Amino acid sequence: MKLINKSHVAKKMPARLAVNTICKGLFFLATLVGLLVLAILFYRIFTQGIGSLNVDFLQNFASRKPEEAGIKAALIGSIWLMVVVAPVSLLLGVGTAIYLEEYARKNWITTFIKVNISNLAGVPSIVFGLLGLTVFVRALALDRSILAAGLTMSLLVLPVIIVAAQEAIRAVPRDLREASFGMGATKWQTILKVVLPAAIPGILTGGILALSRAIGETAPLVVVGIPMFIAFLPQTVMDTFTVLPMQIYNWTSRPQEEFQQVAAAGIIVLLILLIFMNSIAVIIRNKFQKRY
Amino acid sequence: MRRFKFMAMTAVMGGVIAVAVGCGSNDTSNSGKGNEAASNQLKGEVITDGSSTVFPIMEAVAEEYMATQPDVKVSVGSSGTGGGFKKFIAGDTDLANASRPVKEEESALLDEKGVKYTELKLAFDGISIVANKDNDFIDSLTVEELQKLWIDNGKVKKWSDIRPEWPNEEIKFYSPGTDSGTYDYFNEVILEEKPMVENATLSEDDNVLVQGVEGDKNAIGFFGYAYYSENKDKLKIISIDNGKGAVEPTHETIKSGEYAPLSRPLYTYVANKSVAEKEQVADYTQFIIENAGELAEEVGYISLPEEEYQKDLDKLKELEK
Repeated sequence: MKLINKSHVAKKMPARLAVNTICKGLFFLATLVGLLVLAILFYRIFTQGIGSLNVDFLQNFASRKPEEAGIKAALIGSIWLMVVVAPVSLLLGVGTAIYLEEYARKNWITTFIKVNISNLAGVPSIVFGLLGLTVFVRALALDRSILAAGLTMSLLVLPVIIVAAQEAIRAVPRDLREASFGMGATKWQTILKVVLPAAIPGILTGGILALSRAIGETAPLVVVGIPMFIAFLPQTVMDTFTVLPMQIYNWTSRPQEEFQQVAAAGIIVLLILLIFMNSIAVIIRNKFQKRY
Repeated sequence: MRRFKFMAMTAVMGGVIAVAVGCGSNDTSNSGKGNEAASNQLKGEVITDGSSTVFPIMEAVAEEYMATQPDVKVSVGSSGTGGGFKKFIAGDTDLANASRPVKEEESALLDEKGVKYTELKLAFDGISIVANKDNDFIDSLTVEELQKLWIDNGKVKKWSDIRPEWPNEEIKFYSPGTDSGTYDYFNEVILEEKPMVENATLSEDDNVLVQGVEGDKNAIGFFGYAYYSENKDKLKIISIDNGKGAVEPTHETIKSGEYAPLSRPLYTYVANKSVAEKEQVADYTQFIIENAGELAEEVGYISLPEEEYQKDLDKLKELEK
């Protein structure tokens, strides 16, 4: 008795293999498009900006003279912003995700909240800027401080972090939790010692994406009223500041050709800062990933 | 083991934060070194915001001022003339930079809030009308022709609609965004509050306009003089005839006012209260007036005649009394 019609299979084989190859090629092409654009971008930025990139560039404040213009205030400002955004958004975001996934009862209210959080992720950033201006800058009288801007940015990236953390927590196998309960652990002990360590790689991936967005965003900061030019460094979170993308935007809008090069150098600094931040997160992620 | 890793993570995070904060404080101690040299050191904040056209002048002024008064924290925003006035009305800023005079509704709001202010002129700018380099038929336009070009009449505009001998091709329009003072000024003098052609490409970034006109044979656009003078070799300038012969925008014709009606003054508005109550604002404002002319020239604008700055200084003296 023949279960498989071998000749029929053989006849279909070349076509199936061809589709297989075409699909592989298609997806490779899709990847290539992204990579190519990135490569062109890198090439342009580096050839334009590398000439202006030196120690002076990092140590000078912005200037009307392109050759003296530097990025110090914006670089330090961006780092300060991260100092506020990273802890605030991660603590609030992961906290919310733990509550929604582990504690909250599954009823229509939690579903409603979850849907709204997902929707918030799609709200234009300028709206968060207006919110920040009304609530933090004016109502709470935080002025145009790092704290006000940082809290605004935290709100902006919060939905992304919550959704990513929720997914990560949900992906932790039930067995692990049950084993923990079986050993007599309380809910909090289970979350802290079992769920969170297992979910950290996913949480961090969301966190990286969110913080990268926060560091590259300009619109909400413009609305909040963060200046484009300062020639001093903030000393506390209550001081005003400026950030890399605003400084870069300022340079690209200048009529002088030389400022375009300075802007490119600024973009390189922003890229390096991003890569540095991401690599820290990747290192932490890899450390935890080995365990399961 | 688990605890160790958690602590390691905390340590790494903490380290990053410590480095960030450390960077900040180190740098400030360095930049504070110049303090001893100057006498009569002032402290405090001067907050300015407003026109992106005026921004380069104000940036230059702030940069120079820092050298004499390193403890005064001057911040310069660039949220557009309208945006700057909004913050000025709300009392967020000491100075509002503007590339057009304050509007009636803005001054009404200022009155309502009890904000008294003084207008100071900083420099001249000439709004330059440009065409593509390959455009070989256009040399000058009269003000009426400009209006015919830019005011919307519901139809697609062709060059031949303006002058019959010009080609029968569709015109592409490039204009600064509606938030900019440049648009407001053009709107007032040329459009006279009538709507602009519908298919105009609007951009807040003047370099986008330069590129647009550069890359399109049938393009016409306008923007500040600095953007034209930096891109002279890529664009064709159009002279404007205001009934007294065609005048090309140059340093001289803008300064003398001969290039009319598109020569416009750039302003800053200072809150009287800030000058009276904050010594650093008064000092900074005086510094602006004394240096605006020279610095404006450096960043591509045209300085005012000397007596205009003297007038500004007199106004300021009045306030300080």
